[in-house]
Amino acid sequence: MRHWRRWLPGLLLVLPSLVLVGIFVYGLIASNIHTSMTDQHTRVEEGGFVGLQNYRDLFGDEDFRYSLRNLVLYTVTFLVGTLAIGFMWAWLLERRLKGEGFFRAVYLFPMAVSFVASGVVWRWLLNSAEGDRASGLNRLFEGIGLGFLQNPWWTDPDWGILAIAVPAIWQLSGYVMALFLAGFRGIPDELREAARIDGASEWQLYRHVIFPQLSPVALSAVIIVGHMSLKVFDLIMSISGQTNYTTKVPAIDMWVEFSAGDYATSAAIATVLLAIVAVLVVPYLVYTFRQERQR
Amino acid sequence: MRVNTLRIGAAIAACAMLTLTACGSDDEGGSSSGSGGGEVEVFTWWAEGSEKAGLDALVKVFDEQHPDQKFVNGAVAGGAGSDAKNVLASRLQTNDPPDTFQAHAGAELTDYINNGQIEDLSSMYEDEGWNDVFPQALLDRLTSDGKIYSVPSNIHRANVVWANTQVLEDAGLDPKATYDSMDDWFAALDKVEAAGKIPLSIATDWTQVNLLETVLIADLGAEGYNGLWDGSTDWAGSEVGDALDDYAKLFSYTNKDRQSLDWPDATQLVIDGDAAFNVMGDWAVAAFDEQKKVLDKDYVAFPVPGNDGIFDFLADSFVLPVGAPNPDGTEAWLQTVASAEGQEAFNAAKGSIPANTEADTSSFGPYQQTAIEDYAQDEIVSSLAHGAAAPIAWLTDITSAVAKFGANQDVDELQDGLAEAAEKNAQ
Repeated sequence: MRHWRRWLPGLLLVLPSLVLVGIFVYGLIASNIHTSMTDQHTRVEEGGFVGLQNYRDLFGDEDFRYSLRNLVLYTVTFLVGTLAIGFMWAWLLERRLKGEGFFRAVYLFPMAVSFVASGVVWRWLLNSAEGDRASGLNRLFEGIGLGFLQNPWWTDPDWGILAIAVPAIWQLSGYVMALFLAGFRGIPDELREAARIDGASEWQLYRHVIFPQLSPVALSAVIIVGHMSLKVFDLIMSISGQTNYTTKVPAIDMWVEFSAGDYATSAAIATVLLAIVAVLVVPYLVYTFRQERQR
Repeated sequence: MRVNTLRIGAAIAACAMLTLTACGSDDEGGSSSGSGGGEVEVFTWWAEGSEKAGLDALVKVFDEQHPDQKFVNGAVAGGAGSDAKNVLASRLQTNDPPDTFQAHAGAELTDYINNGQIEDLSSMYEDEGWNDVFPQALLDRLTSDGKIYSVPSNIHRANVVWANTQVLEDAGLDPKATYDSMDDWFAALDKVEAAGKIPLSIATDWTQVNLLETVLIADLGAEGYNGLWDGSTDWAGSEVGDALDDYAKLFSYTNKDRQSLDWPDATQLVIDGDAAFNVMGDWAVAAFDEQKKVLDKDYVAFPVPGNDGIFDFLADSFVLPVGAPNPDGTEAWLQTVASAEGQEAFNAAKGSIPANTEADTSSFGPYQQTAIEDYAQDEIVSSLAHGAAAPIAWLTDITSAVAKFGANQDVDELQDGLAEAAEKNAQ
């Protein structure tokens, strides 16, 4: 048959990436899951198969549950913060203010800084010393007569992780703003005019015309910011370091266990992280796949 | 557009090929350097500061003693050695060891020994007469199952209190005073607190582990402390419990911003007169020296209360990896490391003291002189925070428990965490 002329060149072209992705992504995920089911707890032994024992140990460990709790708190704060601030900025800029280009650049700029670089600065800003030896934000609060706002930031055992979300929100809000701004601009003026002619109030206009048009943008923002949040590592490493208890998250635990040579536990944590991210990303992929099919 | 993507793809593929071939040729280069003269790759994390200066001084001696061998610097910077250890672990797993690598002497070597990755050096110790130049107490701490696997290059002491004389005088304390027990020290700390200064400065988690180990030494004694590592002292017992109460009490005297600081910042608080005392290893003396502070005038240094006559040691050391490409070169390097000249040059630059008792130390600073004296006569115990007392995995678990205590200050939970760590890691 002549059919092969139609599909063979295409297949040959994608084959290298199929092979590479197969080995270096899916092959290594499989290898990681395999390691997580062995008892290779030191650099020494090969390790025998122990099934799900490492996972049972992990979820039975109070400290790992604390890490998961931190991760949830951080993600929720980070998501709500970036979405709220990003949306508000986009909404303000969308009204065609004077100097829009300037503000857009100002808000977007923090995203250009790497998490490690901003982490070094925020480590100083979020210094936990209070009173005479205060520095960073605590010093600022003291200086402008808002001394009661001074707090231990990320060293607080209950809510310390939320302090890490502050620099993260600062960095990513501009990005979410850009997404929403593109979304706003994608809504044709005819739609708004039509709604106004039909007598819709400003609130009704937003509620029934603008918001539904923006929901795909919001979903993308949630996915992008959410998966970044679940993988948070560099920001915490540069602000509080890997041994600090109050800002533990699974990615940090994974690194600590890996450095200690406990490969099985480290691999188990990695698999848990992968599963958590998959819970967020896979439904989104399925959703976009269906959308594209409908077209 | 499409052409572009293709080109980029081709470029990436080409790069990947290049990297692969590069790896291949690396291996060949490693195995082809034969016996006799050759290259000696020395793997360390001494990449900057006084550590780099020490390494450079040592290399100079090495070039004089072994002109036929060429030193190759395999230093990996970053993470206070943890990055280097991860790189090393993967190299050892793929049977691509350097000719020699740096490791803290003592229990940190346990994993390598159990894995058969480093060679027994006992016969070399006998041939070279090293059993006579290193103190017996140190040799005992280096010996594992009757064998010695590493050659120490330098000695540090971890149980030293640094104090600012001016702050002590202002608080009505005699700077010359020494404290026999933790309780005596608490009284002094109370006075400093009343004078409005930080009684005891401390930094992030590993410095807290350092403080904890000195409290354990003070309250359990050398024998009890050593027993923690071989199972003869019970981590869950009441003696350890009392020591942890003392630790908690000491902790209450510390600065609140500890998590934001590393050891130089905590020592700086003492130098600047913001804090009275700081417990830190004797590398801190470099910070005082740099700022032209004079021992016994601007600052005093003494063993942690209750640690009198006990030298809490840590040492860097070098090993002979199994399958080292150039074992003759490794032996030459180890000979230089152990030699009196090598130890003199290295330690004078790094600020530590020689492990070799024959080294000439007359040019060393005043603090180092006292450390050398103590090292010769004190009982020697292994430091926990620096990998001499326990393997890395155990130390990691202890650090987690101590870090947790730093956050919630729950003594019972600390003891549970420590007991759990011991149960999990003790052999």
